Amino acid sequence: MALRVENLRIYYRTLRGYVHAVEGATFSVGDGEIMGLAGESGCGKTTLGHSLIYLKPPMAYIEGRVFLDGRELPIWDMDRMNEFRFRHISIIPQYAMNALNPTRRIGSLIADLLATRGIDFRQILPELQRRLDLVQLSQEVLKRYPFELSGGMRQRVVMLISTLLNPSLLIADEITSALDVSTQRAVCEMIVEFRNRGFVRSTIFITHDMSILYQIADTILVMYAGQLAEKAPVETIFRSPRHPYTRMLIASLPRVGARQRVERLKGIPGSPPPLLDPPPGCRFRDRCPLAFERCQEPPPFVEVEPGHFVACWREI
Amino acid sequence: MIWYLGRKLFIYLLTFFFAVTIDWLIPRLMPGNPVDIMVSRMALRADAAEVVRSYYIQAFQLDLPLWRQYLNFWIALLRGDLGVSIWLFPQPVISVIARAVPYDLLLLLPAILLSWVLGNQVGAMAARVRWLDNTVLPLAYILTATPYMWLALLLAWSLGQVAGLFPISGAYSYNIRPHLSWVFIRDLLWHWTLPFLSLFLVMFGGWAIGMRNMIIYELEADYSRYLSALGAPQRLIRRYAFRNAVLPQITGLALQLGAIVAGAVATEIAFAYPGTGYLILQAVLNQDYFLLQGCFLFIITGVLAANLIIDIVYILVDPRTRLGMVGE
Amino acid sequence: MGSRSELLYFAWLNTKVRVGALILALFVILAIVGPLFARHDPNAYVGPPAHPPSSEYWLGTTTFGQDVYSQFVHGLRATFIVGLLGGGIGTLLGVCIGLLAGYRGGMVDEILNMFTNIVLILPTLAVLIIIAAYLTVRGILVESLFIGCTAWPWAARAIRAQTFSLRAREFVDLARMSGRSSWKIMFYEIAPNMLSYLFMTFILQFGGAVLIAATLDFIGLGPTQGISLGLMMNNAVLWAALPLGMWWWLIPPGAAITAIVGALYVMNVGLDEVFNPKLREL
Repeated sequence: MALRVENLRIYYRTLRGYVHAVEGATFSVGDGEIMGLAGESGCGKTTLGHSLIYLKPPMAYIEGRVFLDGRELPIWDMDRMNEFRFRHISIIPQYAMNALNPTRRIGSLIADLLATRGIDFRQILPELQRRLDLVQLSQEVLKRYPFELSGGMRQRVVMLISTLLNPSLLIADEITSALDVSTQRAVCEMIVEFRNRGFVRSTIFITHDMSILYQIADTILVMYAGQLAEKAPVETIFRSPRHPYTRMLIASLPRVGARQRVERLKGIPGSPPPLLDPPPGCRFRDRCPLAFERCQEPPPFVEVEPGHFVACWREI
Repeated sequence: MIWYLGRKLFIYLLTFFFAVTIDWLIPRLMPGNPVDIMVSRMALRADAAEVVRSYYIQAFQLDLPLWRQYLNFWIALLRGDLGVSIWLFPQPVISVIARAVPYDLLLLLPAILLSWVLGNQVGAMAARVRWLDNTVLPLAYILTATPYMWLALLLAWSLGQVAGLFPISGAYSYNIRPHLSWVFIRDLLWHWTLPFLSLFLVMFGGWAIGMRNMIIYELEADYSRYLSALGAPQRLIRRYAFRNAVLPQITGLALQLGAIVAGAVATEIAFAYPGTGYLILQAVLNQDYFLLQGCFLFIITGVLAANLIIDIVYILVDPRTRLGMVGE
Repeated sequence: MGSRSELLYFAWLNTKVRVGALILALFVILAIVGPLFARHDPNAYVGPPAHPPSSEYWLGTTTFGQDVYSQFVHGLRATFIVGLLGGGIGTLLGVCIGLLAGYRGGMVDEILNMFTNIVLILPTLAVLIIIAAYLTVRGILVESLFIGCTAWPWAARAIRAQTFSLRAREFVDLARMSGRSSWKIMFYEIAPNMLSYLFMTFILQFGGAVLIAATLDFIGLGPTQGISLGLMMNNAVLWAALPLGMWWWLIPPGAAITAIVGALYVMNVGLDEVFNPKLREL
C-alpha cells in the first residue's frame, strides 16, 4: 500500500478551544490509485490533505500514524518532514495561481528549489522541457516572470513543479475550483497523465465537485463533519452508495437535461454540526432519516465488501 | 517603463510648478502689502524706511503688473538668480546656499543610507528572532516617536555637555580655517558625529519597524507557504521574503523625504550646524525673505530630484515595473 | 467584527492598547489638571534665573527665571489642542478625499490621486515655513489648520485603499440599486464599516500633528502667543540651556512628546491586533 493512515486526529487550536476538524481517519490509498476526497465545505477534507504534508499551527496533531511506502511520516515534526516533502509527498495547493514568487523568473525559482535538494538544474532540464511540452507550455516560460503568464498557465507551472521529482503521493487541493469547465477538463486530464506516465504514483484529489471525480477518480472517500463516511470504487459510490449521507449527496446531483419543473433539485435539509464541541457519535445523526439510538455511539469505518468501507450502524 | 517614468516626471514637474507658484503667491496674498509689513517690522525712522521701502518694491518688482512679476520670477529662477540676501547683504542668495549645501549632504547622505540599510537588516532579523523582536521593536518605536530636535538635545547634553566627548555646535572649531588636512578632517568629523547620530537613530527606528512588518507579511504570503510545503529551507524563503520586502521600503524612502528634511532642519538648528536648516533659522530671525525663498526652492528641487532618482532605482530593481506591468 | 463588548474586552486585554492608553491618559490628566497647580503664569518672570528643580519650582526655572513647571503643563495643553485639531482636520480631509477617490474610481480617482501625490511629495516643512514666515500673527488655530491641510495625504491613501475593498461588497451594490446618493452611500454605508480603520487613522494623524507642531515651534514658526513644548525647547537652545547644563528645561518637553507619540503608535499597533483577529497572538 502506498499510503496508510491510521486513526488520524487533527484539531484546530482556537481561543475558544479545539475544533475537531478530522476525527479518527483510517484509510489507505494504493499504488497508482487516484482517490477523490469529497465532501461539503468545512467537512475537513482540506485539513486532512494538508496535515499529511504541512501540519502548521493552528492545526494541532492529536494522534494517529501515517505510513508512506512502508515508512512512517513524522507529520508532527516540521523539520523532519522536510526530507519527505517534494521528493516523496507533494502538493498542488488551492492558491496555485499565486504560489510563485512574483519577482523571480520561473526557471530561476525552479533552480533555487532544486539546489536546496542538492539537484543540479542542468541535469533535470531535459526532463523539465519534456514535461513543459506535455502540459503544452512553451520553453520560454522558464525565462518569464509569473505575472507575465495567465492564471491557467501559472497553475500548470505549479502542477509541473510539484510533480517534478516524481513523488509517491500527490495531494491536489481543490485545483479545479476556480476554473471554467474546459480548463477543468485540461487539468483533470493532466492529473491522469501524470499517473499514467509514472510521474506520480498515488493521488489524493480533494474537491467538492462530484462530477469531476466521476471522470478521473478510481475511488472516492466521502467525508462529513470531520468523520469518514464512506470509501468505495467510483462506480460503487455513484451506483450503489451505502452511507445515508452519500446516498443523499448522489441523489442531490443535478442530472443533465433535467428541468426544475419536472424534477426538482433535492437538497439535504439541515446543516453540519459545529465542530467546536461536536455531538457524540455519528455526526450525521441530526440530518439522517435512518438515525436510531445506536447512532449515539460513533460507528466504526468497516469494510463491508472488498474495497468498500462504510461508517454506519445500519450497514454493518 | 517609459510610460511609468514619464508619468512620474510629469507629476514632479507639476509639483515644482505648483510649489514655485505658491512661493511667489504667498507674500502677495498676505493681508496688506508685503513691503509695508516688512518695513513696519523693522521699526526704522521715516526717511530710512522710505529708502528701504523703495528698495523692496524694486526687489519684489511690485511696480510691475502681476503677470510680468510672475514671468520675471520664473526667468530669474531658471537663470539661477535667487535674489540678494538681506541678512548677509550683499551676498547673492544662491552663493549663501551653495556654501551650506556641502554640510547638508555630509549630514544627510550617510544618515539616510546607513539608517536605511541597517534598519532593514535589523528589522529583517527581528522578524525571525524572537528575543531580538522583543528588545529591538519597543526601542524602535521609541526612537521613531522621538522628535529629531529632542534626540539632538539629549545627545548634546549627555554626550556633549555632561560627558564632554563631543562638541555641541558648529561644523568645525572656531580656531581652524577650512583647509585640506588631517587635522581639519578630524575636527570636522568630531563636530559631525552628534548631528549625524541624532538623525541616524530616529530614522533607523522607522526603517526597522517597517521592514519587520513587511518581512512578516511576505513570510505569510502564498508563495512562502508553497515553498515551505515543498520542503524548502527557511534560508531560501527568507531570502525571497527579504528581496520582496525591500521594494516597498524603497518607495517608502521617497515618501519619507519630507519628514527627513524637517528632521534635518531641526537637527541643524539644535547643533548650529551650518547647513540649509540653520540658514532657515537665521532667515526667519532676520526676516531675510529672499534667503527663505531660496532655501525653500532649494529644498523643493532637492526633494523632487531625490524622488526621481529613487524612482529610477525602483524601476531597475522591480521586474514588474520594468516590464510595463504595475505603475503607481 | 464581533460584538461591541467583545471588541472592547479584547481591546483592554491587549497589553499594547492598555499601556498606550494609560500613558496617554496620564498626560491628558496632567494637561487638564496640571495648570491648576501652577502658581505662576508660564511666561512671567518670577523666580531666580537658571535654578534647578526645588520645592518652590518643581521643574526649576529658565534663564530668565520663568517657572518651567508652569510652562510645561500649559505647553502640554497647547500640544494636545494642536494634536486634536490638526489631527482632526487632517483625518477629515483625508477621509473625504479617500472615500471619494476610492468610491468613484475612474477619472475622479486619477485626478485626486495626482493631487494627493503632489501634496505628499511636497516637503511639508518647507511649505509651512514660507506660509508661516509671512504671517505676522499666528495662533493655535492657524497652526492646526496648516498641519491638517498638509498631513491629510497619508490618511487619504489608507482610506482610499480600504474603500476600494469595501466598494465591491454586496451591501454597497444594494444601496446603489435602491437609489441612494453617492455621498449618502459613502458616509452611511461604507464609512461605518471601517470605523476601526478611521479610528486608527485618527490616532496616527494625532501623533503626526504633535510631532510637526513641535518641529514648527522649535524653529520659531509656531503660535506667536502662549507657550508650547516645542517653543520651550526653542527657547532653551536660544538661551544657552545647553552650556549651562539646564537639563530640567531641555529634557521634560521632549520626553513628554516622545512618550505621547510613542504611546499613540503602540496603541495603534495594539488596535490593529484587536481589529484584525489574525494578528492576535494565541
